[in-house]
Amino acid sequence: MVKKVGMEISVAIGEVVKRVNADVIAAYPITPQTHIVEHLAELVAEGELDAAFIPVESEHSAMSACLGAAAVGARTFTASAGQGLELMHEVLYVASSMRLPIVMAVTNRALSAPLSVWGDHSDAMAVRDTGWIQIFTENGQEVVDNVLCAFRIGEDPRVLLPVMVHLDGFHLSHMIEPILLPEPSQVAKFLPENKYPLPLDPSRPVTMGDFGPPVIYSEAKKAQEVNLRAAKEVVLECWNEFARIFKHSYHPVECYRSEDAKVLLLAMGSFCETAMVAVDKMRGEGKAVGLLRLRLWRPFPFEEIRKAAQAAEVLIVLDRAISFGGPGGPVCSEVRSALYPLDKRPKVIGFVGGLGGRDITPDGFEAIISRGIEIAKKGSKEEFEIFGVRE
Amino acid sequence: MSRQAKSESELTWKELEIGGIVTEPGSASRYRTGDWRSQRPSYDFSRCIKCRLCQIYCPDACINETDKGYFEADLYYCKGCGICATECPTTVITMVDEGEE
Repeated sequence: MVKKVGMEISVAIGEVVKRVNADVIAAYPITPQTHIVEHLAELVAEGELDAAFIPVESEHSAMSACLGAAAVGARTFTASAGQGLELMHEVLYVASSMRLPIVMAVTNRALSAPLSVWGDHSDAMAVRDTGWIQIFTENGQEVVDNVLCAFRIGEDPRVLLPVMVHLDGFHLSHMIEPILLPEPSQVAKFLPENKYPLPLDPSRPVTMGDFGPPVIYSEAKKAQEVNLRAAKEVVLECWNEFARIFKHSYHPVECYRSEDAKVLLLAMGSFCETAMVAVDKMRGEGKAVGLLRLRLWRPFPFEEIRKAAQAAEVLIVLDRAISFGGPGGPVCSEVRSALYPLDKRPKVIGFVGGLGGRDITPDGFEAIISRGIEIAKKGSKEEFEIFGVRE
Repeated sequence: MSRQAKSESELTWKELEIGGIVTEPGSASRYRTGDWRSQRPSYDFSRCIKCRLCQIYCPDACINETDKGYFEADLYYCKGCGICATECPTTVITMVDEGEE
C-alpha cells in the first residue's frame, strides 16, 4: 500500500535518488542544499545505496566529477545552490555541450552581495543559457516527481542532456510535507536502464570535449540547439507516461483559473501556491483573474505560453531575479518576447519580488495584481517595479 | 591517419556525433594547424651540423628528418612559432614572412 509520508523535501530527494539506484553522486555542501547531499552521504555510508559518493573540494570539482561519471555511462546526481552553482558555471556548459545526462537539484538561493543564503531565482537565471533542461517545482511532491522524471528525460537516447530541477531554497528544501515516494516496482516500469550510446570505454576509445576550430564550432552549437529544443517532445512524453503510472500530471505551463481570465499572473516555483490563494480570493470578489505557472523553463515552451496567455488583456509577470540595467526580470523579458509575434496579445507588466528570501503573502500577490492592472491602464515610468521595496 | 577523410569543413551539423564525440583515433592529424602561421622557417643547410636540436625543441613535433639527414618542418602543421630558429646553434633557420620568397 503506497501512502504519503511526512518528510523534509531534501530528504525526499535523497530517497528518490536511492530508488533510481544512482551510481555516482559528487557534491559539495552549500546552504540550502546541504540536507540533500548529507542524506545521500548517509545512505551510501549505511550501505542503503550502492553508489560512489565523491566528496569534492568545490562545486567546480563536483560538476567535473559528474562529467566523468556520466561519460562512462553512470547514473549521476548532484545538487547545488547560489554561489555553488556559480562556481560550477563553466562546467555546466561542458556537461550540456558534451551531451551528458546529469541530474542536479538546485535549491534556489540569492547571490551575494550582500551575503544571502535565502531563496530567489538569481542563481537559476544566471545559468539560463547553459544548455540544461530546466524544470521549476512548486511543492515537495512536484520536486520528488520531477527528480524522477529528470533521470528519464536526460538519459533518453533522443535527449542525452543534463537536467536541473529547481526548488526554492528553504521555502521547499527545508519544508516537511506529506510526500508520496515512488515504489520500486513503479520506478522499474517508468525508468529504463541508463545506456549512454558512446561511453568512455577502453575497448572502444573515443575523444570527448575535443578541440573545435571555427570551421566546426557553429555546427556543434547548431546541433546542441536543435537537440535541446527537440527535447520538449520527450519532456511531454515523459510527463504523460508519468501521469499514466503515478496519476499526477505535469505540463510546461500550468494554468490555474485562467480560461476566462482578463488578468493573468505568471510566476515560478513555490510562490505559485500563495498566489493561488490570492487568485481564489479575487475570483470570489468577481474579478476575472487567473494564474500561469511556468514549469518548463528550458526548453522554453513558446506554444504553450502563447496559447495560455493570448486571450488575456493583462499579463503580470513576477520574477525572483533582476536583470540589472535590462528590460526587467528574465522571465518577463522572455514571456514578452514570446508573445510579441501575436496580433492580439496581452500587455505584459513586469514585477520583481521575493528577492533574497523575502516573503510575498496572499495580500502581497493581490497588491501586485492590482498594481499591474493600474500600470496596464496608466503606464509607468519604470521598465519594471520591485514589489514591496521600501522607498 | 589519412588526410583524405571527410574534413571538418565539410561536415554538416547533422553529421556530428553526439556532443561532438570523436570515434576515430588519431583524427587530430588532419588539423591543418599550418594555416595559423604568419612566418615560416627557411633553411640554409650548408651550416647544418645535424644536431637535431630544432626537432627536439619543436613544440608541435612537426620537424622530420630528411633523406639527407637534415631537419625540416612539415608545413601542414608548422605554426611558425620560430623556436627552431632561436635554438639552432648554427643559424641554419631564418623565419621569413609568409608570402615572401
